[in-house]
Amino acid sequence: MEETFVKTDIRKDENIVYKRTDLLVDRPLSYCPGCGHGVVHRMLMETLEEMDIQDKTIGVSPVGCSVLAYDFMNIDMLGAAHGRAPALATAIKRLWPDKFVFTYQGDGDLAAIGTAETIHACNRGENFTIIFINNGIYGMTGGQMAPTTLPGMRSSTSPYGRDVQTMGHPLKITELIANLPGVYYVTRQAVHTPSHVRKTKKAIRKALEQQKENKGVAFIEVVSNCNSGWKMTPVQSNKWMEENMFPFYPLGDIKVDGKLVEKKEVVVKE
Amino acid sequence: MGELRLMKGNEAVAEAAIRAGCDGYFGYPITPQSEVMEYLMAERPHERTGMVVLQAESEVAAINMLYGGAGTGKMVMTSSSSPGISLMQEGLSYMAGAELPAVVVNIVRGGPGLGTIQPSQADYFQAVKGGGHGDYKLIVLAPASVQEMCDHTKLGFDLAFKYRNPVMILSDGAIGQMMEKVVLFDPIPRRSNEELIKQNPWAATGKQKNREHIIITSLDLDPAGQERVNLKLQAKYREIEKNEVMYETLGCEDAEYVFVAFGLSARICQKSMDLARAKGIKVGLFRPITLFPFPVKPIHNLGKKVKGMLVVEMNAGQMIEDVRLSVGCNIKIEHYGRFGGIIPTPDEVVLALETQIIGG
Repeated sequence: MEETFVKTDIRKDENIVYKRTDLLVDRPLSYCPGCGHGVVHRMLMETLEEMDIQDKTIGVSPVGCSVLAYDFMNIDMLGAAHGRAPALATAIKRLWPDKFVFTYQGDGDLAAIGTAETIHACNRGENFTIIFINNGIYGMTGGQMAPTTLPGMRSSTSPYGRDVQTMGHPLKITELIANLPGVYYVTRQAVHTPSHVRKTKKAIRKALEQQKENKGVAFIEVVSNCNSGWKMTPVQSNKWMEENMFPFYPLGDIKVDGKLVEKKEVVVKE
Repeated sequence: MGELRLMKGNEAVAEAAIRAGCDGYFGYPITPQSEVMEYLMAERPHERTGMVVLQAESEVAAINMLYGGAGTGKMVMTSSSSPGISLMQEGLSYMAGAELPAVVVNIVRGGPGLGTIQPSQADYFQAVKGGGHGDYKLIVLAPASVQEMCDHTKLGFDLAFKYRNPVMILSDGAIGQMMEKVVLFDPIPRRSNEELIKQNPWAATGKQKNREHIIITSLDLDPAGQERVNLKLQAKYREIEKNEVMYETLGCEDAEYVFVAFGLSARICQKSMDLARAKGIKVGLFRPITLFPFPVKPIHNLGKKVKGMLVVEMNAGQMIEDVRLSVGCNIKIEHYGRFGGIIPTPDEVVLALETQIIGG
């Protein structure tokens, strides 16, 4: 058969339209294929690069799937004990007010074991950024029920589905902290489509820019999938997320410039 | 010379922290140590030196604020009392694992549980043997006076940064609350950020172009790596044992018997010594000042010279284990203690010496 396609090396400088930011360390991520963490890492690091603040940024990683975030982000970072990232960030920002400080936390870390640290850092109006990845499950430990697990949702510790009568209701901590005067910017985003990724990146930029103004906490929730923990393919998990997670955790800005965004009441059937 | 003042032990700690150039204090109220933060807040150290003082939402948050500050090379401290220190054990273990310098003051009260607010020495094991999870050590200082509360705060920061290790000042409710004269050392200016970065190249202060990014963590998932971490820590602890042992002896030259006591108990034993010597009993006092590193050799050597030792503690018998291990089994070593916030009187200590050691 006649060859119709001639292989040529197109990796030339003039052809490069996208390249990995140097602020991501060149090593394989520890996340499952299909997980949203890697995308958020990239958006965050690209933003730091664009703002040219690599040398002025100190990050705090949590315990959970992103416990090794410091291995992938090419900035100075501290690994916190489970749930305590906002306490670390509080001290770092107070002692280094000119630095850009962020925490990167999952839902178990931020909304269960670290609830007190989250609420009080927010209430004090600490001037750092919280990036909160909500996938409704404990991913790293093998898919146990999280504070954000939906009603009826199965996990290894709610094998018959989350029964809210005995296991409690999922905690909308983002709406909770949005009501605190110390919190200046709250938004809920996703990273499963290119347009959502762009919006998330914009939110990260806005949050970090606000640190220059000392206005208080900027809080970005990213509703993400956990295809491994949900026992689905990545494609299935993103569809399931749209159909189940987004109605309960609706995307969009919740608080902008210190003011709650007016929203129509969304009724969610349990 | 330094400034002479009449102060509470807790106040001396706070004033010493400001003068030592401390960058940040993070704490949570608990009796009998609340004067530390009260003094700091009233002093407006931010205006005096730029020191940050913050009341945290819990002891858990406070110790993790220390972790954050220490991880960036800042000179940070907290204070609490027994139940609060229990809450801090997780954070202390992380800080020891990540090799972070900080000073933690424990104004011990009686336990277990909520216990009492009266003085006690029942947290010896917790302070000296680890307290939290994993093989680690705190450097533990045991002040016996308001002067030492001041001096040990400064010394604590020096040792913490020398060894990149948390230091605990193990005091008690009486020394924290009582007033004595104290000579304050002259203030040392806080380090500038440039000095800090130069002195602490390990600290996470923002990635510079000419170096790799810095990660502060106690995690190493590779068992071989984690064993290396442990071996490094153990080597450091042996170094500390070699270099930093501190103790005081009184009347041990001609002594047939000795009291071994730290902190407040040692103060009581001084009086007991006088009472016993008035009766013709040749008794001395050995006071460990560092509880880790424990003065093993000096106590061992003393054990070769005397007939017996009475270990006096405001607990059910904790330091006595280290005294017995130091001495061996050649002489009689007994414990006398009161607990739950009761302070022994000098008379009952003498009686214990007579009945448990001399006549026992």
